Amino acid sequence: MNFDRSATIAGTGRECWPSALQLAVEEVFELMLGSALEIPSEPLSSDGLDVTSMVGLAGQLCGVLSVCCSTKSANRIAARMLATDAVTCGPQVWDAMGEISNMVAGNFKNKITGLGDGCMLSVPTVISGGDYSLRSLINEQIRVMLLFEGEPLCVILEVHN
Amino acid sequence: MGEDALEYGTPRRARIMDNIKVLIVDDSAVMRKIVERSLRQASINPAQVLEAGNGVEALAALQTAKVDLILCDINMPVMDGLEFIKQFSALKNGKGVPVVMITTEGSEAHVVEALAAGARGYIRKPFTPDQVKEHVLAVLTEKP
Repeated sequence: MNFDRSATIAGTGRECWPSALQLAVEEVFELMLGSALEIPSEPLSSDGLDVTSMVGLAGQLCGVLSVCCSTKSANRIAARMLATDAVTCGPQVWDAMGEISNMVAGNFKNKITGLGDGCMLSVPTVISGGDYSLRSLINEQIRVMLLFEGEPLCVILEVHN
Repeated sequence: MGEDALEYGTPRRARIMDNIKVLIVDDSAVMRKIVERSLRQASINPAQVLEAGNGVEALAALQTAKVDLILCDINMPVMDGLEFIKQFSALKNGKGVPVVMITTEGSEAHVVEALAAGARGYIRKPFTPDQVKEHVLAVLTEKP
């Protein structure tokens, strides 16, 4: 798969944001993990996605970007980033998942014309476990569901303004 | 003449790529490993790779070690990459050592700020080994 990384999504219209977000995720996995994400053929449940990595965005775009996957997938993501056979859940996995959300958020905002300069990223936060409820004052949510090595991977951009 | 020299055209480039000492500065240990691996995938095989988790650690490491190249993130705790470059550039041993930024912050303003602070190159995450090679070779072979 070839990506034109110099291209941004034309205009700033929010109708472009779902496709820009999906492209941003696919590029990060392709370039940093050597893994081609797949588009699921049918709607997927987000049950069992018990590792969540979040990055805050502030400035022209305020919101939170989350990357959610299962523990098994998080371990595989870390293993692929480190080019090792297996990594068990722990600091390396949290570090890897934090970097994934950071790169996805950065890659997304760099694709939207005019957003790169006016939007800052927070340091990532990683949550282990799925038994929690997160509430934020959002106006809009963009959700991209993809398959990483056959397992669901959910990326959510919650926009505050 | 080795394989690298054939691939990259000149013995000088091959010699540069095999003998350099590199400092990788990033608060993510995973990302430091990825950057090092990308160098090797790009046929740049440093003789020594030092690591630091932020600008303060990098400045401390550079008090006792001399390196040929610094690859540095921008967003880091304690001391960020831009402040690190400013402080390192003001040091006597900071003259002539190229610093290439590797960061998710890819906006024009960030690039301009990094170059103004003294960075000689800028790589945006996510990146390919070819992009690392292109930027690293450019700064290692350019004349001061």
